[in-house]
Amino acid sequence: MAIDEVATDPRTQTVLANGLQVILQERHVAPVASFWIYYRVGSRNELPGATGISHWVEHMLFKGTEKFPRGEFDKAVSRAGGVFNGMTSQDWTTYFETFPSERIELALQVESDRMANSIFDVEETESERTVIISEREGSENNYFYLLNEEVQAAAFQVHSYHHPIIGWKSDLLTIERNDLYQHYQTFYAPNNAIAVAVGDFDTTEMLAKIEQYFGHLPSGPTVPRVRTREPEQQAERRVLLRGNELTSYLIMAFHAPEATHVDFFPLIVMDAVLSGAKGMGLFGGWGNNRSNRLYKALVDTQLTVDVSSSYRPTVDPDLFSFYATLAQDVDHQQVEEAIWSEIQKIQQEGVTAAELTKAIKQTKAQFAYSSESVTYQAYWLGFSEIIADTTWLEDWLDKLLAVTAEDVQRVAQAYFVRNGQTIGWYLPDEDAEGD
Amino acid sequence: MAKANNAIPNPDNITRVVFDNGITVLVRENHAAPVVVMEGCLMVGSIHDPAGKAGLSGFVTSMLSRGSAHYDFDTFNETIESIGASLGIGSDTHTTNFSATSLSEDFSTIATVLADVLRRPTFPIEHIERLRGQKLVHLQEREQDTQQVANLRFYETLYGDHPYGRPTSGYKETISAIQHADLTSFYQERYTPNGMIIVVVGDVETAAVLDLLGQQFGDWRGPVPDQTVPPAPIHDQPQQRICPLPGKVQSDIMVGSLAVARLDPDFYAVRVANTILGQFGMMGRLGEKVREEQGLAYYCGSAIDAEIASGAWYVNAGVNPGSVQQAIESILAEFERLGNELVGAEELADSQAYMTGVLPLTLETNDGVASSLLNIERYGLGLDYLQRYNEIIYNITPADVQRVAQRYLRQDNYTLVVAGPPDDQA
Repeated sequence: MAIDEVATDPRTQTVLANGLQVILQERHVAPVASFWIYYRVGSRNELPGATGISHWVEHMLFKGTEKFPRGEFDKAVSRAGGVFNGMTSQDWTTYFETFPSERIELALQVESDRMANSIFDVEETESERTVIISEREGSENNYFYLLNEEVQAAAFQVHSYHHPIIGWKSDLLTIERNDLYQHYQTFYAPNNAIAVAVGDFDTTEMLAKIEQYFGHLPSGPTVPRVRTREPEQQAERRVLLRGNELTSYLIMAFHAPEATHVDFFPLIVMDAVLSGAKGMGLFGGWGNNRSNRLYKALVDTQLTVDVSSSYRPTVDPDLFSFYATLAQDVDHQQVEEAIWSEIQKIQQEGVTAAELTKAIKQTKAQFAYSSESVTYQAYWLGFSEIIADTTWLEDWLDKLLAVTAEDVQRVAQAYFVRNGQTIGWYLPDEDAEGD
Repeated sequence: MAKANNAIPNPDNITRVVFDNGITVLVRENHAAPVVVMEGCLMVGSIHDPAGKAGLSGFVTSMLSRGSAHYDFDTFNETIESIGASLGIGSDTHTTNFSATSLSEDFSTIATVLADVLRRPTFPIEHIERLRGQKLVHLQEREQDTQQVANLRFYETLYGDHPYGRPTSGYKETISAIQHADLTSFYQERYTPNGMIIVVVGDVETAAVLDLLGQQFGDWRGPVPDQTVPPAPIHDQPQQRICPLPGKVQSDIMVGSLAVARLDPDFYAVRVANTILGQFGMMGRLGEKVREEQGLAYYCGSAIDAEIASGAWYVNAGVNPGSVQQAIESILAEFERLGNELVGAEELADSQAYMTGVLPLTLETNDGVASSLLNIERYGLGLDYLQRYNEIIYNITPADVQRVAQRYLRQDNYTLVVAGPPDDQA
């Protein structure tokens, strides 16, 4: 079987009368099926004082309904041989279950139930407050996390991408049950949701079941729009974090466009050339990644022990970032200039035909690997529909193939400017203990 | 077009061949997607690290892809990455594991590269120093990570001088001391095709795979590997270690005991008991008590290791420093409850239904099938193991669960480690 023969399974897309979007894709290679519900809400939709509320609401949807009191949902799914999770991002919140295919109806049952009937018990809200603060404090244990949070906050002054998905601790201490319930009532409704199923089922039957479980749910209110656009950054911003750990980190961030922008794919190619193709995986990058420009310029030369770039599809313009863990006794400024030097090479000379070819082949391979998993496929479809639409995902490879060396050079010149950069350095206190 | 291959892996659809040099090859065809996975292991690992050279096995492993007869560092990287493949090799306690993924059209490239790096590494001096620098920074990061410190100190305390007590990544001092000669002599003494396992799953033709692997690995010769380890130590009282990490805001707890080896008759009883304790649903009874009821932790769950000698059965949790004592008491109370009270029929049945029910999910991808087959071969479970699996799990009784909990989750010999902010930190 050749790579070009990767099966494109038939897909059905429709919208129920109450506004629920439905995306179905049959796939019969393994006796499994995955069902996802995406909501168009994330930290992007949050206002100051209520940061982290989307993520907290996500947690509360595991805290029970009348039909499935706390603990009964996860027991029911596990007992049926299923796996489940919930995730909150800047742009969306999602829940999924993957089952042996004959049990998939249970996913529809639990997701339709908690879309409308979650209780948000006051005591459960309080016990979840400390769980979420514990989740945040686990991250705060890590200086790289803190630095990244600071850089993100510095890069965005007005847009809600400013604050972390988990929220500021001060808000986590003060958000109350009714705030959470109000957020749930506003955003958790069929007209703000997408149901995705991929796997070993019959489309007609699945559609009928989705109608059965979700069709009677009433539409919710019109969801408030996020109107703010981040103004152009006029001045370089620098964040300096000091602490008692000895390993130094550097983050450099540049404003970059949203997924539907014409420059998105040239920038994806630039990211691949700099540090390897990433696919669109939420589930991590790819294995071997040592033949790219950044690795050769920074790790091979022993300036850093790790280096990567990152650019992800988002609804609003976000960041194109660079991350580095410095080698011992190397100066931040030197690493910063070495990264700039790689940016400038692309600005001046573009990229090579061989690099374009490699980015394409890596991406093709990643699509082929991920096609094995119904869970990944459903994730991709729902995610794409939120960020752009499923055609955007379908056209991914073609769009990538259409990118020229000149396109990459042009976007490198357009988006990477010193006045627009936000730089973060973590460096050890002078009295941090060495050996 | 995609051809479904829904049958569970079994003796009729797996090819198993043993080469005369002691390599076992397992092949399972799956033509659903144009991809292939190759996983396997050699019988060399950190148990073979000499005294004072902890991390040597891992150092050797990291050097393999940094220079071999036909693939120097840049050639290796370009060869693998230009075809969008991945090839990773890592060191574990008893084994050196490899895992490769590629498009099926590139399988011969992957097999050829793997053979060269495993059989003909050159250990270039320049890369030894580069790698050492990277390893030392990562070890420095480990010292500041509450979870990793708790983990490291837990195994050291639990196993003492036993080889399982040493981290495969070594220590700053041992990694600093390793020399070129250590790497080459370790490689020459320990790397052998004898006992090696190669599993190939995906869009391939079995006969062609066997031919290719025969060409690449068939003329390699080496001794029978030594996999013996001493029995794990016995503890007759609880052991505790507190690891203060200034500047942290959360503490990590690890608490547990020695339990079973993989081939111990009680292995499955322990697995079922562990699912009840800290996995089922949202992390089992521990998740319910520690996270859901008391809101003490974002994560609190349990796990088991099972190798040639006795493995650990442990709980880990990340909690606010002010709640450490309460969390430990709750965890130990669950140890006691599982030993004192017979688990209810329904609760046991739930965990059994989960452990057997998820099997189709774990076998969905080539990678999942390959990992299962590797495990089956490594421990001699038989190619019909997955067909027998449900029966094995459903044969575990409430009395079995109680017996292993009483035996292993005891109040008088657990090992407890806490890594987090010191008590006097404001």
